[in-house]
Amino acid sequence: MSQPTAEIRALRPSRNFFRRVGPILLFCFTAVLAILTVSPLVWMICASLKPGEETFSPNLLPQHWTLDNFAYVFTASHFWRYMLNSFFVAGTVTVVALWFHSMAGFALARLKFPGREVIFLVIFSTFLVSLPVIIVPLFILVRQMGMVNSYAGLIIPAIFNAFGIFLLRQFYIAVPQELQEAAVIDGASYFRIYWSVMLPLSRPILAALAVFFFLANWNAFIWPLTITNDQNLWVVQIAIASFHNQYSSSWNYIMAGSAVVALPTLLLFFIFQRQLVESIKTSGLK
Amino acid sequence: MSASVDAPSEVEKRPARGRSGPRLKRSQREALAAYLFILPDALGLAIFVALPMLFSLSLGFFSVNGFGGFRFVGLANYQRMLIDPLFRQSLWVTLVYVLILVPALYVTGLGLALLVNRPMRFVGVFRSMFFVPNVVSLVVVALTWQVMLVDKVGFVNRLFEWFGLSGYSWLGDPNITLYSVLFVTVWFLMGYYMIIFLSGLQEIPREYYDAARIDGAGPWATFFRITLPLLRPTSFFVLLVSLVSAVAGSQAFDLIYIMTRGGPANSTSLVIFYIYQQAFQFNNYGYAAAMASFLVLTLLIVTFVLFAVTKGGRFHFT
Repeated sequence: MSQPTAEIRALRPSRNFFRRVGPILLFCFTAVLAILTVSPLVWMICASLKPGEETFSPNLLPQHWTLDNFAYVFTASHFWRYMLNSFFVAGTVTVVALWFHSMAGFALARLKFPGREVIFLVIFSTFLVSLPVIIVPLFILVRQMGMVNSYAGLIIPAIFNAFGIFLLRQFYIAVPQELQEAAVIDGASYFRIYWSVMLPLSRPILAALAVFFFLANWNAFIWPLTITNDQNLWVVQIAIASFHNQYSSSWNYIMAGSAVVALPTLLLFFIFQRQLVESIKTSGLK
Repeated sequence: MSASVDAPSEVEKRPARGRSGPRLKRSQREALAAYLFILPDALGLAIFVALPMLFSLSLGFFSVNGFGGFRFVGLANYQRMLIDPLFRQSLWVTLVYVLILVPALYVTGLGLALLVNRPMRFVGVFRSMFFVPNVVSLVVVALTWQVMLVDKVGFVNRLFEWFGLSGYSWLGDPNITLYSVLFVTVWFLMGYYMIIFLSGLQEIPREYYDAARIDGAGPWATFFRITLPLLRPTSFFVLLVSLVSAVAGSQAFDLIYIMTRGGPANSTSLVIFYIYQQAFQFNNYGYAAAMASFLVLTLLIVTFVLFAVTKGGRFHFT
């Protein structure tokens, strides 16, 4: 894929024809590829708007547009409840995580204290531990704490991750020293420096991380699957996964549920694209 | 917590006036404040990440029943790993999965990045389109692809039919199901790596390319002598992250759990899925923990070797 790209860039002016046609070909190639990439999502949304007998018709667009599938999903199950659960869990995790991580990031970046490097390295090393790897001991631990089938069990273990601390620390390191010194001279306490100087400055990165955390927790599956079996605590991902077992042949309902679950993430992405992409870029730079 | 951090704010040289108790020096106050700031996260990470990690290592030596009773069984769980054909099968599946996924993500990520790293009409729209699968949940991704890959009447087979090709049983034939899952995984993840590569590409100074052009370097030479070497830190990061996520990322579990449940005939039973099955379907927590420890150890060794061989991905040039 890279060869044609580089080739066209480096062609000599003498090969005029390619110079003119090349970019057009490349544009068409990119456009086709991009359309193919989003086509499964388009297909999903179309399937959610088709009556059941049309799910496997060869047409992409519905012949009879219908919202019945959505109506069914919301009346036949407590889908509102699952949506609320997801909003509550993902929202709470996001707010608390941002608060904790910004404090830790600020201290690690701007305050001097014995053991700073060691603490940072230890926190950073937890970066490498992924949830599926520790899910068994984590489940046993959380069960011992009596948090199975509770909001606490869904929320608390999801708050802590080194990624957010790391990103915020990187950000706070770059804040000019003068701002902090000025605040110290004014007699501000450390909490005040954090709250009134650093937090307002970090609004952009906090927004980016908020989107990132909310998406990750809205989309989380393995942990809610493990820690809850009470239907009242189901989050949307568990709900649509269980539709799958319940109405295994009624794919139109499953696609409607999927479309509803995907919608908030797609909206967030379109609104906060730039922030999201920036935070991913920062994570790659180190 | 603010009460203790809102320490008195007088400059330290000023003597304490009429207050009882020892006054802290400024450096001590700063350290105290820092510890309090870090405390919530440090405590949380210790309890919910570090402790389970350590617990996992010891849990492998126990047999755990459903009610939380532990019985020391020595190396029994590890011995079982050696003779369990399903574990060996899952290791094999994981190896194939990793050996295909890591290069595939590298090539697609870099390829897409090169494609959209040039001024072009709608380039921003294209970037978003390539990235958008990554924001949808894996459950939705798995369900959608499962419907599209249904035998005979699924959208993909209809498409094949339309082109005059015969369809396949994408998720029913043990010989191809793993590749179907891999395809979906690449589709889901490639946009993420595209962005990482894009930021790497944008850091390469333009002058290098200008110089190459003046020197009359061809496209291959430009790519292999400039782009690729200068991308080494990014490449290293991508290889490391994609390796770890191939073995133990959430996509490895979520997609398998919804789309195939490890089947057909255990052909897609990745280790990470098999561990979960042993723990939460068969209640063999100890055995599952032993396998998880083995997996982590293997990952650590591979990561270490990768670091040593590539010297941390650093590349010195003047």
